[in-house]
Amino acid sequence: MARHMAQTADVLKTFPRSASTVKEARPREMQKLGDFKLPHFFNYPPYFTLQPVRETREKQVQLWKELILDYCRTQKIFVIKLEEEFPLFSNSVIERTLSHEAREAFLLALAAEGRAEWLDKGHRSCLILWHRIQEWADIIVNFVKDNGFEDSVMTVEEIRSGIESRGTELHGIDRTILMRALKLLEQKGKLAIFKGTSTDDEGIKFSV
Amino acid sequence: MSNFFSKAEVTSSGRPVFIHNEVECHLLSGVDLEPEDHHHFTPLKSGILILTTHRLLWLHSSSATTPTSASAIPLAAISHIFSSRKSLKSVFHSPRIRFQVLVSPDGRLFDPGSGSGSSSGSGSRSVAVTAVIRGKGDCDGFLVKFWDSWRARAWESNETSGSGSGSGSGLASGSEAGTGTGGGLYSSDGSLRMVGVAGILRKEQQMWESTDKSLQDAFQDLNALMSKAKEMVMLAEKMRQKLLSGTSSQTSGTNDEDMGSKEEMQDWLLSVGIISPVTKESAGALYHQQLSRQLADFVRTPLERAGGMINLIDAYCLFNRARGTELISPDDMLQACSLWEKFDVPVMLRKFDSGVMVIQNKSHSDEEVFARIKSLAAKPEALRNGVSPTDAAMSLGIAPAMAKEHLLTAESKGLLCRDISPDGFRFYVNLFPEIEPLNIYFVKDYGMCSTWIKAVSTSG
Repeated sequence: MARHMAQTADVLKTFPRSASTVKEARPREMQKLGDFKLPHFFNYPPYFTLQPVRETREKQVQLWKELILDYCRTQKIFVIKLEEEFPLFSNSVIERTLSHEAREAFLLALAAEGRAEWLDKGHRSCLILWHRIQEWADIIVNFVKDNGFEDSVMTVEEIRSGIESRGTELHGIDRTILMRALKLLEQKGKLAIFKGTSTDDEGIKFSV
Repeated sequence: MSNFFSKAEVTSSGRPVFIHNEVECHLLSGVDLEPEDHHHFTPLKSGILILTTHRLLWLHSSSATTPTSASAIPLAAISHIFSSRKSLKSVFHSPRIRFQVLVSPDGRLFDPGSGSGSSSGSGSRSVAVTAVIRGKGDCDGFLVKFWDSWRARAWESNETSGSGSGSGSGLASGSEAGTGTGGGLYSSDGSLRMVGVAGILRKEQQMWESTDKSLQDAFQDLNALMSKAKEMVMLAEKMRQKLLSGTSSQTSGTNDEDMGSKEEMQDWLLSVGIISPVTKESAGALYHQQLSRQLADFVRTPLERAGGMINLIDAYCLFNRARGTELISPDDMLQACSLWEKFDVPVMLRKFDSGVMVIQNKSHSDEEVFARIKSLAAKPEALRNGVSPTDAAMSLGIAPAMAKEHLLTAESKGLLCRDISPDGFRFYVNLFPEIEPLNIYFVKDYGMCSTWIKAVSTSG
């Protein structure tokens, strides 16, 4: 008897339920990208087509800028490569993908307000500054103060992957960004960068 | 005897000395010259008869001796050449050539060069001479050439140019081997001689030159024609100006007669291909006015069928097809449509941003169309899948091309957004205005966004 029921269940499984027989009581949940919550308009097809009308385009660009920064911040993504697949730029539910032209347009807009930087002239690689360099500098200073490193010496690598960095925003920071922030602080006299004995890492002497 | 004939000089080799400009034409051997009347001269037997452009020469020929002299009959002395009689007798006899020569009073051959006798009138006696050709030469050919030379009267041009220099300028076909084409090209009067290969080339050249000249003359005529045409055009322009000034200066105080003739004039000008300037300034030439009104009437029915808007090209095709004959040109069509602005007709011409031109009812309002489009785009089906030009065409009852224009215009007004995908070109209702950048997860309860979300979610 049980086996017969199991068989029936198996048979039922092979036939998908038709749309007309099932009506959901409340709207379907928006899908996620990893653990990132997507806004509802992510499933709006025109969102993935670069709009020609000026006003509409401005709104579209604004929304994409926000989304990119949010996503990168939560996922700790520092670099976007235009020619590679980027999860945010595709939507498999509505089967749409941003064109290269569209991606470049949005990243250009981010760069224009200092939230991104091109790493190459060909615009293939883009650094995402969901914290501005100055903000990173402040985070470093707080980090140093919080851990009592005011007069210490550390390597750059230790800053970004040392035990103390765990749980902080500095953990796993992109090296390019870190160096920029450190250089900014060096200009302000808060630290000194010197080449270490080993060829592959520099040392930082804080004087915060 | 031999006194009868003129004397012809002979070279040391026995060839006749040609007088200047004389050209040898034919030669026959074994020829007897016989008079019909033996009183005049004794027959000359068995000689060589040479036909030249000026004379008939008879040389006594024998292989042993070189002739020292020859007898000549100037062709000028010949009054008649008899045509050959074909008879039973002539089949068995040697061919004969008969001709008649003039005889001067002293019994001798009339010699025009010697100055004896004033004209042929004084010595009107003539003697018939027969040349019996016993040799094997081409008698008929000789006769033909004889006729030609006699008729050509080459000696007359000689006389007019005065006596020859006596240089005996050698002929290419003549005895003097050395001269060839060199010295012999120019005659004493300076005109070119038509002799040999050079002669052929010269003839060609002359032909080209004369053709060229006649062409030039013809083109002169063409130029004359063109200058006349210019005058005609200027005249037409003047009339145009007159008409132009005429209509602008007069307001309503013209009598009908004047107006009638003016319109006639315009029609006439139009028919010869001159567009009346009045078209642009005022109500336009009668032709275009009439056409414009006719078109406005005609286009009402197609407009209704097409839902209030019709492509200009479609209208053009329909109109011409209806006319059958007397088709109008695209230019005329455009002109006629542009005139509508000046009249009170219920239709108008409209140009979209994309360049597409349409005829639409004046009563047509864009707002109304947009409202219809908006409501179409808000339907659940459209919310889920968007609106394609075909969908819009079906729903609005217009042509797909027109529908696309409407959709694009609605997009430019911010009512719709485009979606380009492998599935094609579609439009969705514009949700962007409702979304707040700083609050992207928030959805208003009763806005378009929530409607859209609901519609999309229920697809399962």
